[in-house]
Amino acid sequence: MYAQMVKTASSGVKSREEMSEQERVFQDKIDADIKIEPRDWMPDDYRATLVRQIGQHAHSEVVGQLPEGNWITRAPTLERKAILLAKVQDEAGHGLYLYSAAETLGVSRDQLIEDLLAGRMKYSSIFNYPTLNWADMGAVGWLVDGAAIINQVALQRTSYGPYSRAMVRICKEESFHARQGYHIMMKMAAGSVAQKQMAQDALNRLWFPVLMMFGPSDKDSVHTAQSMAWKIKMDTNDELRQKFVDQTVQQIEYLGLELPEPGIKWNDETGEYDYSDPDWSEFFNVIKGNGPGNVDRMKARRAAWDDGEWVRDGLMAHARKKAAAKVAAE
Amino acid sequence: MANKTEISADQAALFQFLLRMGDNTLVLGHRVSEWCGHAPVLEEDIALANTALDLIGQTQLWLGLAGEVEGQGRDADALAFLRDIWDFRNVLMLELPNGDFGQTIMRQFLYDAWSSVMLGRLIKSGDPRIAEIAEKVSKEVAYHVERSADTVVGLGDGTSESHARMQAALDYLYPYVGEMFLSDATDAAMVSAGLGPDPASLRDEYDLLVGKVLDKATLTLPDGSYTHKGGRTGAMHTEHLGHLLTSMQWLQRAYPNSQW
Repeated sequence: MYAQMVKTASSGVKSREEMSEQERVFQDKIDADIKIEPRDWMPDDYRATLVRQIGQHAHSEVVGQLPEGNWITRAPTLERKAILLAKVQDEAGHGLYLYSAAETLGVSRDQLIEDLLAGRMKYSSIFNYPTLNWADMGAVGWLVDGAAIINQVALQRTSYGPYSRAMVRICKEESFHARQGYHIMMKMAAGSVAQKQMAQDALNRLWFPVLMMFGPSDKDSVHTAQSMAWKIKMDTNDELRQKFVDQTVQQIEYLGLELPEPGIKWNDETGEYDYSDPDWSEFFNVIKGNGPGNVDRMKARRAAWDDGEWVRDGLMAHARKKAAAKVAAE
Repeated sequence: MANKTEISADQAALFQFLLRMGDNTLVLGHRVSEWCGHAPVLEEDIALANTALDLIGQTQLWLGLAGEVEGQGRDADALAFLRDIWDFRNVLMLELPNGDFGQTIMRQFLYDAWSSVMLGRLIKSGDPRIAEIAEKVSKEVAYHVERSADTVVGLGDGTSESHARMQAALDYLYPYVGEMFLSDATDAAMVSAGLGPDPASLRDEYDLLVGKVLDKATLTLPDGSYTHKGGRTGAMHTEHLGHLLTSMQWLQRAYPNSQW
């Protein structure tokens, strides 16, 4: 889940009486689990919210190449290097599907990229954290992609057809990513003292930032009701976060690593694990641009875009020449 | 090493040849992978990662066979991560820093063209292990050369800026091209054993292929025939290779004998 804190464009959930005829037909389709397709009528706010959400998701895939790309040149074996390359290539591919899904809503990829680079759009807070040792490549796959899967499995049922179908494809690849990440963690946790330290360090450092991926607590999440009514959002932030904690604690125990924080305890009454809240002031700071990596990540993306301008222009100019020559020949 | 046995002269030449093949793909794969997340457009991020992935895959095959031929218990990883600069046998062009996207894609094309011609010959190698690798990887290399050639043409014959950048890339890289066609005793041993071609014999086919593409790209081969060399013999690499190995080999060097 690479979309968080997506501001729903809405003035509140309307009752049926408040809806226009078109809105009622639209809501009936959603309630009957009929997908909304690009040519169907949809409320402007639904469209705007989806553009934000899908765009943010796409940006996250693209920016998400950077923390993993940080280790490709240092991967410890040829096989690990190949797997990491394949994974990062998949992430870029996910970016491509998602930009295409957003384009069906009438916004171009270039416009979305310009919005990102101008700071008008966001990407997931998690990618503003650094990757500092090799076990981070394990932890990113296991925890970050693991958290993404929990959200994205739910989003396969989302109401907008192109987004839902993109999620189905993406989820298949993400589960491979999570497995390869966990496999790295298994090797590290069972390895030398230094390797085990790397694994524990990665887990401890990334734990709270990963919990933050699900977005603020439900009581502080102001945009949920309309997005859930539109089935853009399928579960609340806290429901998804709890699901993640419950599955992950057992995996930590299997690895033989220490739990990353003392608040994690089994609760017989709820049948779930208790856990400590992340420091939400840190989260809001990261969102505002004050995370440890925001400046560098955006600088890297801006440089890629600016330095690449001559390439895009050159290839477009050539394509136009070829098209003109073809027309002239006909 | 106490139990080290001498390998025969032919096997030693074969080992050197395989290192040359595998080090080329390893070092170029490393350079291409440095683009991850920084390419001019998302399609190029995907294509460059895919190219790097193929090159690393080829490295596993060539260095894997090299280790087998050497017979000292070194596998592809040991050869990639635990040799120092003087034992590397890649041509100099591939260890040069990436430069701009134009330089990266021009280098890719100049190498892909050589690789496609070379693999065409190796498919007929008298060593079935070599022939099998060549057969397997020539499919992906055919795709690489098609793609890098198209991009060279698109950018060479694009805007005046893209043309100027591609011409500058060609002028910079061309003096490194000749090294791919130099022959020495190792190559002579490969030829006489029927295992591989004389590199010099690839030149005409290469020039024809490259000439056609550069022509379409409206680019001009620079004057002068000077050739930088020393990579494929290991006599003298550039300063850049040491830095590349420093990052590539760091984990294996800092934490030896670990399972990853």
